[in-house]
Amino acid sequence: MKVERAAWCFVAPALLVIGLFFFVPVIAAFGASLTDFDLYALADIRNLRFVGFANYQRLLQLPEFWDALGHTLYFVAAGVPLSIFASLTAALLLNSKLARCKPFFRTALFAPVVTTVVAMAVIWNYLFHTRYGWVNYALSSIGVHPIDWLGDPHWAMPTIILFAVWKNFGYNMIIFIAGLQSIPEDLYEAARIDGASYWQQFRFITWPSLAPTLLLVSMLTMAGYFQLFAEPYVMTQGGPLQSTVSVLYFMYDEGFKWWRVGSASAVAFLLFVLMFIVATLQLWLGRRGGNT
Amino acid sequence: MKQPIFVSAMVNGLLVAVAAITLFPLLWMLSVSLMAPGEASNYPPPLLPAHPSLNNYRELFAHAGMGRYLANSFALATAATVISLTFNVMAGYAFAKLRFAGRERLFRVLLASLVIPAQVAMLPLFLMLKYLGLVNTYGGVIVPALAGIFGIFLVRQYALTIPDDLLEAARIDGAGEWRIFAVIVLPVLKPILVTLAIFTFLATWNDFMWPLIVLTDKDLYTLPVALAALSREHVQDNEMMMAGSVVTVLPVLLLFLVLQRYYIQGLLLGSVKG
Repeated sequence: MKVERAAWCFVAPALLVIGLFFFVPVIAAFGASLTDFDLYALADIRNLRFVGFANYQRLLQLPEFWDALGHTLYFVAAGVPLSIFASLTAALLLNSKLARCKPFFRTALFAPVVTTVVAMAVIWNYLFHTRYGWVNYALSSIGVHPIDWLGDPHWAMPTIILFAVWKNFGYNMIIFIAGLQSIPEDLYEAARIDGASYWQQFRFITWPSLAPTLLLVSMLTMAGYFQLFAEPYVMTQGGPLQSTVSVLYFMYDEGFKWWRVGSASAVAFLLFVLMFIVATLQLWLGRRGGNT
Repeated sequence: MKQPIFVSAMVNGLLVAVAAITLFPLLWMLSVSLMAPGEASNYPPPLLPAHPSLNNYRELFAHAGMGRYLANSFALATAATVISLTFNVMAGYAFAKLRFAGRERLFRVLLASLVIPAQVAMLPLFLMLKYLGLVNTYGGVIVPALAGIFGIFLVRQYALTIPDDLLEAARIDGAGEWRIFAVIVLPVLKPILVTLAIFTFLATWNDFMWPLIVLTDKDLYTLPVALAALSREHVQDNEMMMAGSVVTVLPVLLLFLVLQRYYIQGLLLGSVKG
């Protein structure tokens, strides 16, 4: 049939690109993760040996891997709720009937989203500079002693989390605004007649109506936050004392610095499995919440 | 109601505060980029340059190769946008409107693989490109961006709204599939084309990890990679780094400001996939 042939011509280029440069490498990555692919195998493929799940076993016993995993989970566990809280607050403010100059504020709050992470990281490095950064200067006016934000292992990750929240909250804010606007005005009208306070309106109308949006936003944000890399790469180079090495940072070093291809591929798959489990858990929780 | 004036002042006050927090780093970047070398390292940090000058920019373009990096970023983002837009639109339309064996199953596979993070493919892809001689070339940077599952999905959602009668009528009139695509489909899809173009351009422009991996030759660096490298070399030259940040960020910020409506529309279209 003519249409069918045309259809294949239409999908072929995209499928070819995706198949060749995405599906094949993903499958190859899984294959490589089961081998001892390293610098020697890179030089001569005959040095390659099948090792089964030895890479995975080794990683799961490697303190550096657990550290990287811990830092990533820290980033996700603190960053995602903070980010969602900021997005929702901003959306509620912008959606309020009392808000003025909405287009200006919407653009202003969204601006960080379209900027380049690397450029913004350079700026934040400077804002958070111990001696002449604005943040310490502002804090000193209320009597806080200078903090070595990016140089102190306890502060480096929180600083990166703040940066990520600042950079990303505008994205979810827009999705929340759309969610808020789809809530029928009558509901609030009725609640007000019944004498509901602002808080009660939020608790019994806004929050439950936003549940599907919230699920979507938290899944998207979590998926994004698990892929932490550029921020620590530019701001701290993984330091101080390796306190900001994320899983992807670890994969990058393992693969592109030490050329342990097998091990790095195993890292990538472990991250993928973890992301998958967390996403499934979220979906499950979301569905259960929706049924009750 | 209780004191709407007070509530209104609070809402707007908070908005001003949040806007100040989001805009301050951007405005301050601009301000420092116009300062003299070393000026920003004073204490307390100065808000505005004492004698604003474009020297940092001149220095960047004259000696640090900024013009080169800017051109690289432009060329790569433009090429990725044009090619992937073509491929994604063709595929998205076919998945929405042209019947072929296995269409639904194929589409489901594509959708399901959206959960696989791109980084999983990075190492083998790198080795593959090395084998093909594409490492350290523009081609290597662009390859993963040549088509995207998400883009196909976006176009398909939009193309589903094209009435079948319209296409049938054209077929009865004897129009070929390519002609139908060019004359009927493309004009209808125009809004989503603009949206997808902005998305792709911004994503390619802002991408860091992949160009960092593929490019070793300085002359080929994109702006984010160059900026990261420069900031490691010139830790002390805050003013120059700020100018570099302005050059990196300004083009995408302007693009967004001009085409905001499309961008936000696309963001909403894309987020209904759950």
